[in-house]
Amino acid sequence: MLKKIVFLLFVTCFACFNTVFAAESGGMPQLNPEFWISQIFWLIITFGILFIVLTKVILPKISNNLETRKSQILENIETADKQKEESQKKIDEYEKIILDSKLKAKSYFNEAREKILDDINKKRAALEKDLDEEINEVEKELSDLKNKSGEKINRIAAETSAELIKELIGDEVNSSSIAAIVEDQSKINKERKDV
Amino acid sequence: MASNPMYQFNVYRIGPEIKLGSVDISFTNASLFMVISSLAILIIFNLGAKKKTLIPDKLQLLSELSYSFVAKMISDTAGSKAKPYFSFIFSLFMFVLFCNMFGMIPYAFTVTSHIIVTFVLAAFIFIGVTIIGFMKHGLGYLKLFVPSGVPIVLLPLIVVIEIISYLSRPISLSVRLFANMMAGHTMMKVFGGFVISLGIVGGWLPLSFSVALTGLEILVAFLQAYVFAILTCIYLNDALNLHH
Repeated sequence: MLKKIVFLLFVTCFACFNTVFAAESGGMPQLNPEFWISQIFWLIITFGILFIVLTKVILPKISNNLETRKSQILENIETADKQKEESQKKIDEYEKIILDSKLKAKSYFNEAREKILDDINKKRAALEKDLDEEINEVEKELSDLKNKSGEKINRIAAETSAELIKELIGDEVNSSSIAAIVEDQSKINKERKDV
Repeated sequence: MASNPMYQFNVYRIGPEIKLGSVDISFTNASLFMVISSLAILIIFNLGAKKKTLIPDKLQLLSELSYSFVAKMISDTAGSKAKPYFSFIFSLFMFVLFCNMFGMIPYAFTVTSHIIVTFVLAAFIFIGVTIIGFMKHGLGYLKLFVPSGVPIVLLPLIVVIEIISYLSRPISLSVRLFANMMAGHTMMKVFGGFVISLGIVGGWLPLSFSVALTGLEILVAFLQAYVFAILTCIYLNDALNLHH
């Protein structure tokens, strides 16, 4: 059905075409030489002007623009590369600085620690020495006191015994013999205590 | 006679009759469209070349793309020796392209649908290429007609064929463009006429045909300009680099 319609349409078209061409009398206007010279003349003028203006004015500008853009882009790429390199260098420098400062900080810290430790040690040694000395002194004093107290006690005991004997028997006893007795006694006491 | 599909190709005088001696060089509708096309090219490309921004705007991009397009076409077909002829081929391509495209506007006149216009262009190219060939190679340019590696028996025949094909270059170049433009525009006119004659009932088919043809004709308008320019490049290549 559709094919038939299309076919019919084409037949009509052909008929129309034929009538249209039949109506034409002069044939192709292109082959009418009436305005050939005029067309050639105006073609030469317009195309000539177009060619001259394009060649002398416009095309150099466009080519110049293209060249400028190309060189500018190349330049920019070059600059970018250079800047990249520089920034890399800067980053390296920066990292080096950071590393250096870290090391420095560490060394400072160690130094300070050593110093402080040294100080502490020194102070402690001095203090210990002082303390030892004092302890020694005190111990010596104590032992002195101990030794002396024994003698004193013996003497007091001897004196007291002499007084007592004097009071009891009304006579004076030889003090040296009393002292000897007291000493013996205290020795016995001591031994007993030690045992 | 507006329904006549050939009526659109009529040339008529605009304004007074201008005579140079006995020759009529009156300003016609053909002349008008030549002037319009040239002016359009000059205006568009001048605007496109004016600014010098790193990132081009639309017109600048258009002109620069056209420039690189034609430059690439020439360097691909005719090599680097053809560089001095760049501006001529560029002008030629743009002129034919704009004439074709302006012809696509309804009621406009198509300059390139006239054999005399295309023939003058083709003849100019033919003569120019021949002169360039003889200037570059002297009489050695005649070697173009004697292809290498052809048996000696066939040589007379081949030479005759080569000479005929060489001499028919301007005719084939001009007729190709003229016939394409004329046929396309005639066809569009015919189908446009069918839309009217078949009315609202049957007019839709030729209308859709007309729409499709418009697209096709725009393609043909570009393609024929391209073919015209590229054949010029090929002829120029023969003249510049003689290796047949």
